[in-house]
Amino acid sequence: MPRPFTPKIVTANDLLIGDVIYQTADDDWTRDLALAEILTDEADAQLRLLHAERQRDRLVGAYLADVTQGPDGPLPAHFREAFRAKGPSNHHHGKQERASHV
Amino acid sequence: MYDYTDFDRAFLAQRNSQFRAQVARRIDGSLSEEEFRPLRLMNGLYLQLHAYMLRVAVPYGTLSATQIRKLGEISQRWDKGYGHFTTRQNMQFNWPALRDVPDILEALASVGLHSVQTSGNTIRNVTADPFAGAAADEIADPRHLAELIRQWSTDHPEFQFLGRKFKIAVTGSPHDRAVIRSNDIGLRVLERDGALGVQVFVGGGLGRTPLVAQEIRDFLPLDDLLPYLESILTVYNRLGRRDNKWKARIKILVHEHGIDRIRDLVEQEFPQRRATYAPDIVTRQLELVAARFARPDLKSAPIDAFTRAYDADPVFRSWSDTNLAAHRDPDHAIVTISLKAHGATPGDVSADQMNLLADLAERYAHGELRVSPEQNVILPHVHKSDLPALHAALKPAGLATANIGLASDIVACPGMDYCTLATARSIPVAQQIATRVEELKLEHDIGALKIRISGCINACGHHHVGHIGILGLDRAGVENYQITLGGDGTEDTAIGARTGPGFAHEQIVPAIERLIHAYLDLRRDPEEPFLQTLRRLGADPFKAALYPQTAIAAE
Ligand code: HEM
Ligand code: SF4
Repeated sequence: MPRPFTPKIVTANDLLIGDVIYQTADDDWTRDLALAEILTDEADAQLRLLHAERQRDRLVGAYLADVTQGPDGPLPAHFREAFRAKGPSNHHHGKQERASHV
Repeated sequence: MYDYTDFDRAFLAQRNSQFRAQVARRIDGSLSEEEFRPLRLMNGLYLQLHAYMLRVAVPYGTLSATQIRKLGEISQRWDKGYGHFTTRQNMQFNWPALRDVPDILEALASVGLHSVQTSGNTIRNVTADPFAGAAADEIADPRHLAELIRQWSTDHPEFQFLGRKFKIAVTGSPHDRAVIRSNDIGLRVLERDGALGVQVFVGGGLGRTPLVAQEIRDFLPLDDLLPYLESILTVYNRLGRRDNKWKARIKILVHEHGIDRIRDLVEQEFPQRRATYAPDIVTRQLELVAARFARPDLKSAPIDAFTRAYDADPVFRSWSDTNLAAHRDPDHAIVTISLKAHGATPGDVSADQMNLLADLAERYAHGELRVSPEQNVILPHVHKSDLPALHAALKPAGLATANIGLASDIVACPGMDYCTLATARSIPVAQQIATRVEELKLEHDIGALKIRISGCINACGHHHVGHIGILGLDRAGVENYQITLGGDGTEDTAIGARTGPGFAHEQIVPAIERLIHAYLDLRRDPEEPFLQTLRRLGADPFKAALYPQTAIAAE
């Protein structure tokens, strides 16, 4: 039996600001993990990643990150993604200080 | 202070305008990230977890008041109002936007600072003893060599594409405060028969394979310095591995071939290299560099004000006992200003603090500051009569913590709060240990104890040379911290040994506390420092304290 596919999101860093962004289903980018598009099919995930990688004047270092399905959208599966989604723990900087909008 | 020449200034201006154009081409899409990345790294610009990060070199750890004021201004204008000092005497800005970086570099250049060769496979910022020019035990000022090496290595065409990064550190004292034996090349100034020379070590490094640099030359005349360094780099360029990033440092070459073989190869190369330098040219160059380092005119005045405050004020006394070091002039002191207030991020300094440090350096310390490899700031030349006023001015800014060399004077890398390579956080661990140590009110009783924390095997936090080293790892998706014991970053450099299984994030602070209590129980007397007790008894009694369960199970 094939192993079940862990749901994914496409994430990257914004070219100009350098902050964490997520791909949305309507082909835009959001700074809010909850609004990211959840990819549940492996082939589809690869296509969405390729699509992101082509946007080289918009972002840097796109990759697929594991998520779990939460009640209000995707939740980070690994603590690294949790820190990316939140910001550093020693200063109230990063996403925790900004209202999330695109 | 080193006073820049027109050549230095023109070089930086030219380099910055080149990078400005490269940034513009990246933003308009004409450069891809793959094309741009090596260009930005050559200028110290990284992309981290939440933002870009700009690494600014503080050459051989020396800053002027004007420079630190400018760093403060930059942090306020283009960053979030603070900067972070690293163990390699750099300052990192954690939040610059790409578009602003050329302006930041220009602002830096206006005070002679830059980011050149703070990244990439080049010769990095040369580090030096932070007490340089002031230490009582100094033979010669190591910054003269460091500056000469910087001029020689900056944009040196042969050494822009090395197999890996290359780090050089210099000390001018027998006591090593520059961790020279953890560098690719470590230089120690010596005097022999009335002439100055250097003892040369090669092949040190931390990271995945920690190795202590070995002596390749016991005494190198100063005039041979540059051709000899070139010979080492040539051998490295020729034989160093490029197939595997983890095997590419010169330490692996030295380890695989043996120091004797490397020495032979370097000596074979040396005559050709030497022949390209006219006799005495390095010596003369060194004299020119030395002449541009002004020695401060030290004042002479009575020191009664110091003695009175020392006798009367226990807080001042405690600070004096921990934060002052012996100056070559007995009426002066070297002041280490702690950036490790209990619970603070090691190495972080706010714009306000930078401004204050600039003012105080101007008022009391001939306008000079230093950055230490232990992430603190140093005022190298303070007359003892000025110490009470200096201490009083530092207090309200949170800069008067009396903990230099103690358990809360922790070195930590940025870890997973900032760094893309991290496998765990290190800053909160440092904050929690320091806070706990303060609650216990024991650190002055504990005495010298160096705790070093890295957030991954790259070891930027020097954990291998901490008396207690902590390495953050990712174990099956959970942060896990390994402990090493017995490391030492001084002239007796030693790599710490792992104690056993790691600890979860919540368990690491209690584990360190058990180690501290074990030491207090085990030491022969209060004069015996942690490291000595450990060396006398070995790690077993400390392991028993760390792993009480296992000890019981084994009985
Ligand atoms: C946040 C961005 C940083 C990145 C991406 C980074 C990357 C690295 C890497 C990859 C290594 C291993 C090199 C090797 O073994 O070949 C390393 C080593 C090192 N880094 Fe960093 N580092 C960062 C920040 C720092 C900071 C903040 C410090 C000082 C606190 C620092 C100081 C050092 C030192 C002292 C070493 C070990 C000595 C050596 O073997 O070269 N780095 N770094
Ligand atoms: S040790 Fe690892 S986590 Fe820490 S700064 Fe270096 S690369 Fe990043």
